[in-house]
Amino acid sequence: MPTLTIDGQEITVEANTTVLQAAEELGIEIPRFCYHDRLSIAGNCRMCLVEMERAPKPVASCAMPVGEGMVIHTNSPVAEKARKGAMEFLLINHPLDCPICDQGGECDLQDQAVAYGKGDSRFTEHKLSVKDKYLGPLIATSMTRCITCTRCVRFATEIAGVEEIGATFRGEETEIGTYVEEALTSELSGNLADVCPVGALTHRAYAYSSRPWELIKTESVDVHDAVGSNIRIDCRGAEIMRILPRLHEGINEEWLSDRSRYASDGLALQRLDQPYVRVDGKLTPASWETAFAAIKTKLDGLGDDAGGRIAAIAGDMADVEAMLALKELFTALGSTNLDCRQDGAKIEGRHRGGYIFNSSIAGIEDADALLLVGCNPRTEATLVNARIRKRWSAGGFPVGVIGGVDGPGTDLTYKYDYLGAGPATLAEVADGSNAFAKVLADAERPMIIVGSGALARDDGAAVLDLARKAAESTGMIAAEWNGFNVLQRAASRVGGLDLGFLPGEGGRDVAGIVAGAGKGEIDLLWLLGADEIDMATLGKAFVVYQGHHGDAGAHRADVILPGAAYTEKDATWVNTEGRVQHGRRAAYPPGDAREDWTILRAFSAVMGQPLAYDNLAQLRDHMVEVVPGLGVIDEVGPGEMGSFGMPGDLGADGFESPINDYYMANAICRASAVMAECSRLYTGAGGTGEATGTDG
Amino acid sequence: MKRVPAPNEIQPDSFTFTPENLEKAKQHIAKYPPRRQASAVMPLLDLAQRQHQNWLPRAAMDAVAEMLEMPRIRVYEVATFYTMYNLAPVGEHFVQICTTTPCWLRGSDDVVSACKSKLGVELGETTADGKFTVIEVECLGACANAPMMQVNDDYYEDLTADNTAAVLDALAKGDKPKAGPQSGRRGSEPAGGPTTLQDFTLQDSRGDG
Repeated sequence: MPTLTIDGQEITVEANTTVLQAAEELGIEIPRFCYHDRLSIAGNCRMCLVEMERAPKPVASCAMPVGEGMVIHTNSPVAEKARKGAMEFLLINHPLDCPICDQGGECDLQDQAVAYGKGDSRFTEHKLSVKDKYLGPLIATSMTRCITCTRCVRFATEIAGVEEIGATFRGEETEIGTYVEEALTSELSGNLADVCPVGALTHRAYAYSSRPWELIKTESVDVHDAVGSNIRIDCRGAEIMRILPRLHEGINEEWLSDRSRYASDGLALQRLDQPYVRVDGKLTPASWETAFAAIKTKLDGLGDDAGGRIAAIAGDMADVEAMLALKELFTALGSTNLDCRQDGAKIEGRHRGGYIFNSSIAGIEDADALLLVGCNPRTEATLVNARIRKRWSAGGFPVGVIGGVDGPGTDLTYKYDYLGAGPATLAEVADGSNAFAKVLADAERPMIIVGSGALARDDGAAVLDLARKAAESTGMIAAEWNGFNVLQRAASRVGGLDLGFLPGEGGRDVAGIVAGAGKGEIDLLWLLGADEIDMATLGKAFVVYQGHHGDAGAHRADVILPGAAYTEKDATWVNTEGRVQHGRRAAYPPGDAREDWTILRAFSAVMGQPLAYDNLAQLRDHMVEVVPGLGVIDEVGPGEMGSFGMPGDLGADGFESPINDYYMANAICRASAVMAECSRLYTGAGGTGEATGTDG
Repeated sequence: MKRVPAPNEIQPDSFTFTPENLEKAKQHIAKYPPRRQASAVMPLLDLAQRQHQNWLPRAAMDAVAEMLEMPRIRVYEVATFYTMYNLAPVGEHFVQICTTTPCWLRGSDDVVSACKSKLGVELGETTADGKFTVIEVECLGACANAPMMQVNDDYYEDLTADNTAAVLDALAKGDKPKAGPQSGRRGSEPAGGPTTLQDFTLQDSRGDG
């Protein structure tokens, strides 16, 4: 533990810290471009030069390890002059185009040039210009602005795990790019623009649209997957201009997956902004009163045993408040046909340990062996995958994979042993006959991640039981460590299971509801943002669609109740770890659309059975009464294990990942033009429409 | 001078090593410890360039990347960093004239203008018949015999405008002029002939002892 003096203050730090980090601990900020705390050290921008006593020249503080008795001056005339020199060199070839640059106002180079720039240039020769590069449909490039700090190269190589960007050529001709003009194959590419300290890499979707000081910033959470990434929603007026990640060490660190970031244009398209009622086979605009009356008429016509003939399904982005209101409305109507497991996953709600990510996402870094069962975390939960890669990169982390990927060739951004495709292989691990079982058993903190590809199938309960046995037989569940994890893929799922938005006594599950609707046994089906069920098989059922996008559900609906998207409501979501988080309203829902719980509250009054809350505070108090855990915000811990799963016959089919197209996973993505372009490019799929030859 | 990679139209679709070169490549790879095979990237790129008319198409870099199990971009970085890898087609005779200070002081400007007038091209250009490409390079380490130029693997030294033209003429005819000093001196001995060690008897008597 060396002790050194920085600007007259003594500090003792760990032996392998750098001078820059030590200074940061003292609250002394040293300017930098190439240094980034989550990336390896490059030491090439020279902006962090400091004066070190008894050294012949200034040293780069980001790359200089601390030593006993060092005396550092970060603001002496020597350091100041060195930085001014470095800045002058950086600005030699940097264009003076700040007024038209998207980074303007939030640019490290601009900010630091204010402190260290000369104000005018002594350079009279021609400035270099560099041809712009193509990095895919998400990142806009202006490579003349690049100061070759190589942050993007290191991000792609180290964090995203796609070695596709590099520094080609040499000297002043050095260029950053892919060399072959191909799109990056990463679901984390948006972060390249975030790490870029200048305006070389910017967000294409946000190009030339606004300045940072015009934006109202709202801190919220993401619902495109079950990770619950913390985000910041930037709005100008009612329009959402962009979505950025917000630091949360436990979840997304400072990254965000592309779907969460760039699907935001879909929030303005295909929106349901007023109620509709189907009249003579055609959806016609209606008032709220008419829409409610149409549903009431239908319900009243069902007679006394209405409870058994109505059902509700909650979709993948539903918030806890709306699900609670819907559950209580249906309970009041006498129905137990409720389900939040839209994909048909065979998970029960009784024991939390059986449906959450017990180890926590940050806990992946403590694990020392991993078994993935029926999931492709790269598409299902990109940032969980990034965390797995982070742990894998640190070394000593064998990863086994059973199904969920297309085969041993699928790139998860880390190396793994492909053990097999289906339940038979998992059974081998559970009984110890597979070689990987020994790897897990020998590890101190082994973990298993069971994805929805393994659970959303007929033998899902048996697979869950088998996964539990595999976890127990390899010592994953101990007093200090719970390595049993279920990776949910829908933001609503854990919240729904916590609430018990599940079939009650004699109730039907999703498959039963859909089959019942087809057979005419379910007369009224209420879809709370549920678009991913097969609408063609719903028979003659009267479908109420409550949601925000005109997707599959709205097309089938007999009554449409326009709801609010996740950016438009103060609501609660529980992520796959069981972490309760509040999202906040950044903009108002369009037109006549309303927050979902208020719609349900209003309808309950129409039915003469008003729900017992009139505002969000009352609803939240009630919610915490019903499920106390929902009152504990932003905390994680292993769930209570109890018993879950059900021994039974195992299917022979391999586990398949439920996500075929990362960019088209939900109604917001399907409405987004940016996501459609990505989908077309990366998967060759059609997106929202066929390519016409004029759209690319 | 900025090196510009060959446009896509003339990039071949594929590249495979000949059996002899594949054997040589394996020998290079065997020099490095297991899982450190990427260290062989430079000799393999050189092999590929020699096999492919003295330039390195992207397909060859990709083939090397695959062979060494390294990301393609890491190979592109190496190939673009080192100027001795040609990224675009060059003439049959690749003429590199040194114009760094020692050669320049000894008259490399004459060599450059001799090449330009003889071949009718500017620096960085290839003759219409595809026989010659002339470029200017930094020091090639033959300063004792300045000025000099390198044609493919051979050094031609002690050049003047006249003997440069003679070398180019011979190459154009398909002959292979003798490499080394063109002034008649041996190696880098003094220009006017040896001034020391002229008494060979001394050497002979020492040899007996």
